[in-house]
Amino acid sequence: MAPPNKRRPGFSRKAQYKIFTGYLVAFLGAFGGLFLLAISYLDPTAFSAIRKGAADATKPVTEFFTAARSTGQKGTSKVSAYFDAASKNAEMQRELEKSRTQLIEARALKQENERLKSLLGLVEEEAKPVAIARLISSSSSSTRRFATLGAGSNQGVESGQPVREQKGLIGRILDVGANTSRVLLLTDASNVVPVKRASDGIVAFAEGRGDDIIHIRLINIGTIEIKPGDIFVTSGNGGLYSPNIPVAIVDRPASDGALGRPLSNPAGADFVVVQPIYQPELVPAAKGGSADDSSDAQTATEDTAEENGAAAETDETAQTSQAGTDSEAAQ
Amino acid sequence: MNTAYPKRIDRQPSTLRIIIIPIISVLLGSMTVLVPYIASMPLLPPFGLMILIAWRLIRPGIWPIWIGFPLGLFDDIFSGQPFGSAAFLWSAVMIFIEIVDNRFLWRNFWQDWFLASLSIMLALVGGLWINKVISDAGNVTILLPQIILCIFLYPLVLRVVAWLDSKRLAR
Repeated sequence: MAPPNKRRPGFSRKAQYKIFTGYLVAFLGAFGGLFLLAISYLDPTAFSAIRKGAADATKPVTEFFTAARSTGQKGTSKVSAYFDAASKNAEMQRELEKSRTQLIEARALKQENERLKSLLGLVEEEAKPVAIARLISSSSSSTRRFATLGAGSNQGVESGQPVREQKGLIGRILDVGANTSRVLLLTDASNVVPVKRASDGIVAFAEGRGDDIIHIRLINIGTIEIKPGDIFVTSGNGGLYSPNIPVAIVDRPASDGALGRPLSNPAGADFVVVQPIYQPELVPAAKGGSADDSSDAQTATEDTAEENGAAAETDETAQTSQAGTDSEAAQ
Repeated sequence: MNTAYPKRIDRQPSTLRIIIIPIISVLLGSMTVLVPYIASMPLLPPFGLMILIAWRLIRPGIWPIWIGFPLGLFDDIFSGQPFGSAAFLWSAVMIFIEIVDNRFLWRNFWQDWFLASLSIMLALVGGLWINKVISDAGNVTILLPQIILCIFLYPLVLRVVAWLDSKRLAR
């Protein structure tokens, strides 16, 4: 039987009005959504209080699952380590021999580097981590790439601070709740990181694309050849990220630079480290206290990066030797 | 009512359950982004929207047309999209389904699946487009895996919703 036509409910005025109001309210709802979107376009921080509250409220649940995740990962890696253990062992021993000599060389280079730096009068302090926490969830259904970190203002986290793991840069803090904070991941399309090639310090920008690929845009296009396997690290320009954090490895060259993969793996990292802003006086947004949604903070970073480009060149040459050491040690 | 001797005939399903199960299921669907998976590209299907559409197609009468707005607002809190994005897109999807529903006299499983896939696809592409306007986003191609996953997971979601519906109406 064909279903009765819901559109014409007979001659009842009440029923007809009810349908009409339903449509009216639905369209009002759609326009209300557009209105909210306009507000979040004009003021990205407008609704962050609700979001922070929700993230803080759901933290116990998500953190519980995160703990389960890391235990599971450890378990599977332990089990999989038993397969072809013998050949792996032999290979690892060979690698250990090789890296031992490299480590000695690296130590010597480090000492030399320190001596030269002290001669130059450059003083660099090793930044103490602000917080160490887990990434507890991410915006895995959205085209933006955010992750939620299990530490917030109570742990001393502030917006703008870089987040890294052992293997490389993960992103930076976008906004901070009481016990959670939102991280703008490296792969987000609005995240631009000033980088340099680890081997010779050629300056570039690393941009996310929303997927697992990082677009590396060179500043001087045409003269420089980029090969697959080149490693890019943060340059320290702009003052947000401290230099020499591994960012990406090149997959294939592109017309204006290269396409690469991030070296960090947020999904596999057990704990991540929040670092203080490298040179807070260079980051205008950080001083204001709210490096809110993407655009302003981003352009600010890029501007300062370009302004300081010339000044940083001298810095760069000093750091190149150290960068070389790092990459050798990494290999 | 005397609990020692419950009614054996003429039993009614609980009114509270009838109202609350669809809403709770959509809210829980919206909260699936809290799973501790750090995605490097959009992959997790928008379960909230899928459950909403499944309810809409299984039981055409239960949602008022404007339900996309409040449920979408809740989704916006967790999804990471700019606030108001789902409120707008879900409202648009509900209006779209309503209009299509009024055009067709007959519906079958394949047609429902097609309608749901189309709605989800429109919502995902719309979300990308909103991100593009507000800040920056990648190409539409990064949505492909998510869209394909959504299309093939929809019948499963429909199954779960149908099971919930039987619980909802149980006497």
